[in-house]
Amino acid sequence: MTQTHVDYQLSQLDQLEAESIHIFREVAAEFERPVLMFSGGKDSIVMMRLAEKAFYPAKIPFPVLQVDTGYDFPEVLATRDNWVNRLGVRLIVASVEEAIKNGVVVDDGKTSRNRLQIGTLLNALEEGSFTAAFGGGRRDEEKARAKERVYSHRDEFGQWDPKNQRPELWSLYNGRLHEGEHMRIFPISNWTELDIWHYIGREGIEIPSIYFSHQRRVFERDGMLLTESEFNPCRPGEEARERTVRFRTVGDLTLTGCVESTASTIDEIIDEVAIARVTERGATRGDDRFSEAAMEDRKKEGYF
Amino acid sequence: MDLLRFATAGSVDDGKSTLIGRLLLDSKAIFEDQLEAVEATSEAKGYDYTDLALLTDGLRSEREQGITIDVAYRYFATPTRKFIIADTPGHVQYTRNMVTGASTADLGLVLVDARQGLTEQSRRHAVIISLLRVPHLVLAVNKMDLVEFDQAVFDKIHAEFTQFATKLNIPDLEVIPISALQGDNVVTRSENMPWYQGPTLMHHLEHVHVASDRDLIDARFPVQYVVRPKSDEFHDYRGYGGQIAGGVLKKGDEVVVLPSGMTSTIEGIDLFDQEIDQAFPPMSVTVRLADDVDVSRGDMIARVKNAPTPSQDIDAMICWMTSEPLRPKQKLAIKHTTRTGRALVKDIQYRLDVNTLHRDQETKELGLNEIGRIQLRTTVPLLCDPYSKNRTTGSFILIDEATGVTVGAGMINSSS
Repeated sequence: MTQTHVDYQLSQLDQLEAESIHIFREVAAEFERPVLMFSGGKDSIVMMRLAEKAFYPAKIPFPVLQVDTGYDFPEVLATRDNWVNRLGVRLIVASVEEAIKNGVVVDDGKTSRNRLQIGTLLNALEEGSFTAAFGGGRRDEEKARAKERVYSHRDEFGQWDPKNQRPELWSLYNGRLHEGEHMRIFPISNWTELDIWHYIGREGIEIPSIYFSHQRRVFERDGMLLTESEFNPCRPGEEARERTVRFRTVGDLTLTGCVESTASTIDEIIDEVAIARVTERGATRGDDRFSEAAMEDRKKEGYF
Repeated sequence: MDLLRFATAGSVDDGKSTLIGRLLLDSKAIFEDQLEAVEATSEAKGYDYTDLALLTDGLRSEREQGITIDVAYRYFATPTRKFIIADTPGHVQYTRNMVTGASTADLGLVLVDARQGLTEQSRRHAVIISLLRVPHLVLAVNKMDLVEFDQAVFDKIHAEFTQFATKLNIPDLEVIPISALQGDNVVTRSENMPWYQGPTLMHHLEHVHVASDRDLIDARFPVQYVVRPKSDEFHDYRGYGGQIAGGVLKKGDEVVVLPSGMTSTIEGIDLFDQEIDQAFPPMSVTVRLADDVDVSRGDMIARVKNAPTPSQDIDAMICWMTSEPLRPKQKLAIKHTTRTGRALVKDIQYRLDVNTLHRDQETKELGLNEIGRIQLRTTVPLLCDPYSKNRTTGSFILIDEATGVTVGAGMINSSS
């Protein structure tokens, strides 16, 4: 926590926090209908914490939106509910199942839930007439994200045009929109994976238990360790067995792999992340591995 | 651990992406899967060595064209500092990106190719860094390996640049001979250039003193958001959320609220659920005042005896960022700190030739990527300082009201 500063210096975490709080307040002041996209993952939990701090002692002045893939980890949903209840914010759940039923998106059996999320999300944003949607994207995650603005303009189809982005100068954000357009807001753009972990440790905030080492029945597919579940049965040749694992990212459980790990505290996770030699997405996200431009393509369509 | 933001600039083939790749690689900010992907692509393209530029060129069209299109942000950390790099493209047509990257930078890093020496573009980059008041500049003379690590080549570029820099506003300059490709003087000291006694690039980035770059004298607090809980527990709470733009605010300070001119004292400063004694840049805090004065977003809290004069007549340098030129009598939206209004272009005084620093006073308009001095009349008074004194209260953006696009970046010379 920030104490007395004789030298008027802020640590990098305090500087990042101050920048993010500034962004939250700016959006709350300038947009009519903001919403916070909450996945239950560590990045969106840090966003919740920053939003809590930005408006304290008032409540967070916008609702929280979660896209339910139907394949979410139960531990993640439990953490989501704890956060939402503690902060007293309104939770909106946009269900992929519902979207399929209502014909908003089409499940052809080949498309991943992560991809079906795009249509579900865009539909929920449109239904709620949301003009600004906070996302937990970080620029260090992926090459295409490195070029994302803090205020990322989306056209009436929810699309991102990487070659035609508005210049973003100083801390002066331009939130002008036309009818039907919206803005994606990335308040933790400048945080790295390590910053996130250090912050979670410093703040002592709750994250889903699956980030910590635990026993789980998993099987190997395409070099990833996936959870055995009814949604994701083993294919011929695959065999599930119990291992000591933890997750580095949280997403659709049929696509999100875990890593073997004994890290059971934040400090142990930080030690592990600091020496990790593979990016969190490359290691454990089946959805980002399809091509070198996989993320760029999904972003253009309206992915988080 | 503290934070250093720096912006890099170079011409197309100066090896900027290679240098950044080298910094990331040598500070272990690059992961094996990223490196493997780049190695595979380099091999597939038939290169003799791993093209580290592929690490930073994130968009498909960039990889196809082999150029960097947009500002990309990169992150790495050493045990002493975290670094944020704004990697800006060097081509002529993308000056606006360079301005964008430099706007938040503590340090500007300009690359030149030792074989080419100073080019029009390297001069332009130095001018922009100076204009944006980036307090520290590093000139990295790259590709020293291709001139046999010859000291005479370096000395000539060093002397030429130092002479050019006297015309600019560059408080701190460091010139370093490097080879980004081979790693000489990037992180480890070069054995090929025993004649160079100065720091390596990484050592300089880690140790350059940035703490004194902020203005800790003139207290400026643009009010961003009024915090009113309307709950039983905090029934009477009324706080003003914002980020300190200058100076130090303390509990008990006598303050003035602008533009109304009402005075009060600071009853308390809150950082989340804690009350703190003082706040300074760039802290985001909530300030409570002792009196029930009318304060809203866009107002500014300053010291009674040290406050900016509200003004609607603004004299500023502008970088124009859209293809439709800026012309007198044009009306635009303006955003300055947390204040938004409209602005009328009264006059274009001159266009600055960023290569020669010549002031073209005959100009009738400013085109894309051109920089010039203009006069504006605003609908609301701006609570501003000269940009040379405060980069936060001295800057503004201009927005096209029809398209909603940011079209200009402004730096205030003076207001009256």
